Amino acid sequence: MKMSRRKLLMGSASVGAGLLLGFEVSAKAPVPGALSDSFQPNAWLQITDDGRVLFQLHKVEMGQGVMTSLATIIGEELDFDPANFEVQMAGVHPDFTDPNLYSQMTGASASVRGSWTSLREAGAAARALLVVAAAQRWGIEPSQCDTDDGRVLNSSAGQSLSYAELASEASQLKPVSYQLKAAADYRWIGKSVARLDSADKSTGRAEFGMDVVRPGMKTSVVVRCPHFGGRLESWQKDSVIGLDGVLDAFVIHSGIAIVADGYWQARKAAQALQVQWHKGPLAGLNSAKIRRGQEQALQQQPHLVLQRGDIETALGDAREVLDVKYAAPYFHHSPMEPQNATALYTLDSDGRGNHCEVWAPNQAPDICRELAVEYGGLEHANVEIHTTLLGGGFGRRGYPDFVAEVVAIARQVPGTPIKLIWSREDDMQHDYYRAATFHSLKGAVNPQGTIEAWQHHIVAPSIIRGLGVSMMSVNLPPWVPRVVARSLGKWVGGAAARFDPTTAEGAKIPYTAEHVSVGQIEHDPGVPHGFWRSVGFSYNSFASEGFVDELAQAAGRDPLDFRMQQLADAPRQKTVLQLAAEKAGWGQARAGLSQGIAVAQPFLSHCAMVVEVSVVGNQYTVERVVAAVDCGLAINPAIIKAQIQSGIVYGLTAAIKNPVTIEDGRVLQSNFHDLPVLRINETPVMEVHIVDSLASPTGIGEVGVPTVAPALANALFAATGQRLRELPLRLV
Amino acid sequence: MTSFVLNGKPVTVQASPDTPLLWVLRDELQLMGSKFGCGAGLCGACSVLFNGQSIRSCVMPVAAIAGQKVTTIEGLGGEHPVQKAWIDNDVAQCGYCQSGQIISSVALLAENPKPSEEQIKAALAGNICRCGSYPKIIQALQQASQSLAATDPAELFYDASSAAKQPAGDLL
Repeated sequence: MKMSRRKLLMGSASVGAGLLLGFEVSAKAPVPGALSDSFQPNAWLQITDDGRVLFQLHKVEMGQGVMTSLATIIGEELDFDPANFEVQMAGVHPDFTDPNLYSQMTGASASVRGSWTSLREAGAAARALLVVAAAQRWGIEPSQCDTDDGRVLNSSAGQSLSYAELASEASQLKPVSYQLKAAADYRWIGKSVARLDSADKSTGRAEFGMDVVRPGMKTSVVVRCPHFGGRLESWQKDSVIGLDGVLDAFVIHSGIAIVADGYWQARKAAQALQVQWHKGPLAGLNSAKIRRGQEQALQQQPHLVLQRGDIETALGDAREVLDVKYAAPYFHHSPMEPQNATALYTLDSDGRGNHCEVWAPNQAPDICRELAVEYGGLEHANVEIHTTLLGGGFGRRGYPDFVAEVVAIARQVPGTPIKLIWSREDDMQHDYYRAATFHSLKGAVNPQGTIEAWQHHIVAPSIIRGLGVSMMSVNLPPWVPRVVARSLGKWVGGAAARFDPTTAEGAKIPYTAEHVSVGQIEHDPGVPHGFWRSVGFSYNSFASEGFVDELAQAAGRDPLDFRMQQLADAPRQKTVLQLAAEKAGWGQARAGLSQGIAVAQPFLSHCAMVVEVSVVGNQYTVERVVAAVDCGLAINPAIIKAQIQSGIVYGLTAAIKNPVTIEDGRVLQSNFHDLPVLRINETPVMEVHIVDSLASPTGIGEVGVPTVAPALANALFAATGQRLRELPLRLV
Repeated sequence: MTSFVLNGKPVTVQASPDTPLLWVLRDELQLMGSKFGCGAGLCGACSVLFNGQSIRSCVMPVAAIAGQKVTTIEGLGGEHPVQKAWIDNDVAQCGYCQSGQIISSVALLAENPKPSEEQIKAALAGNICRCGSYPKIIQALQQASQSLAATDPAELFYDASSAAKQPAGDLL
């Protein structure tokens, strides 16, 4: 089928009882990698007459299981076993833009919730066309046909045709109306379909970015200024040229690039490189100065994001006001696969750059493309982005600085594929860290034993400010000059920073206090920061749910009862709290154990946790975590359970392990010896309970993170009477 | 040049003697199953079997393995009982660390076919998983231990690249 004749079928307004009318829109652009002779009813699906059923995975697989859960959703409506899809990582295409994120980013636990409608409609619309094609072949009405896992059936005549046999006829049809399944008819949704990537990942066959091999490929490393914002003063090229395997060394925007035959040779050369840096604007900055800056920033007028009642009067009239500060440090992502990317840059016959192909484990293929356009001096149409599997993401790979670097390097050695590999030290010292934040909380309880007043001021840098350029670049059409897109993006990011919705995520408490005020103050010490699994929730839930516990104590109430009584407007939070408490045996901890509880509503889901600790002296052990989660309809309960466990391990690491500290404008730590992470022998027993629900599915990938730290802090208070208000949690 | 036995077959490599085994495997032999994670022997993503022990190939100079036997994830063949248990239990999330987790698990079972949960945790403490697949690792390892008890012990050390199944002592 030629591109010019391709029709895209989109679901639209619902007609009658759940009947959706398909309609045509002209293709906006060819879908990268699409086969020319397949039935392609929409950007996601292709069916060939030799039996291949391809699913373009428009979200990246970084462990969270989207390959399986999204294949399950579209397979359910197509009526095709998700295990039999040939899954391809999607390239950049407008139809793959996330409706909530305004880009092709994978993040904000948005993959399932943002694709739930579009993928079901895509599957159902394709199925409807296959049914019509079969009905025409048999000379019967479509309503006389049914489907069963990749075949259309005419049961009364005992006939059936495979989707492959119908592909060519279906591709000639005009769109037809279709209907979505009732939940009661689901065959794969809700059934814990086996992960599609398990076999490859258990045999070493899975291809991560690190594993990309191209003919004639060379390896590159970059030596960067360790001080943020610093710049190159001088370097001695002859300190590396002539070393074993070294092919070239040159300056790029982020440092000195060394190109060698293999990684070891490149790394040895990097160690031998003689280079002098200018420390730049953050010279002298350290963690203590950052804290003082945050304390001063608290004097500023916050931008209020939640306000009811009269907080000033309520605090003024209160018999006793709790007035405390909470703090969270910078924290690293450290996905197991260090940052890397591969690029091949080629020239036209006039010696001008005219094409670049990039292979990268990334969370934003469209941002990767913008960076390749910028650093390669290319047109959008001449950049191809191939997303590989990701060895973890956690937000870090939404900042594809490694793609900018590899394109800048490949441009200097056109015709030679270049794989850029960051060391673990590079990865830990040049991260976009979870921001260090500082929180002022003031509150009071009333004689009825409930919250009378609640004030929370958050001091944090803005993520949106730094994202403006990327977001504007991917959303403005290619004909807008990039320099304009970037300046506009910078301006928009700056203007939006004060109102950044990620800053106060998790701070808008669900409790029914009469006087509430939550505000944010933008304060950026200059250390690179960004999305870190659960983003604002990662620090705001710690502060909010710790402070609720403090108010419960002030009221002389049980922390669970205190919360439950004030959740009249939040029934789903009540449900998860009750479930976690019941399953954990709240109030009946075994001798020697203490319990803490917390609840949060991250990414439209609801999660509660009970943490049990044992304490000896000033050392503690997390013994058990019991979680309850309501994420709407559970597409794949096994993956949901694994994701909550994953969030607990990730959140516990940040709650108890060494943070990133800053000295002289650089990160002091460098590898897993001084930034240790939770290991198998430190991992508590974890139980996950999923609330039955038919509501639309909501987030899961980040949902397990926010409640771990506050539930643990509350458990430590129960055990010792020490109220820990700063991460990591350390008893004195 | 260094010669050693890799996945049951003799190989000779050109890399300089100080090159870590990991980069010989990945860059020279293009066996991509063993992963680079930290370069300092701290995370276990690069684990391979060295005469039956799970070692960190990112800090093992290739010269030190001359004449010795190395088995990588590829050498387990894909049908290994530990790999089957990993697939059955959907252990992997991102999957990047799992080659190393599987290698360390094979080494553990070779030494102790019936490990307790505490012994599993101690043996795998050198293998980091940032996705937190730890509970499923324990579950899969226990399943592999049970399935091995019911099969020929030589199964554990089967090397797909060799023509015949070889007894443990021979391969590891």
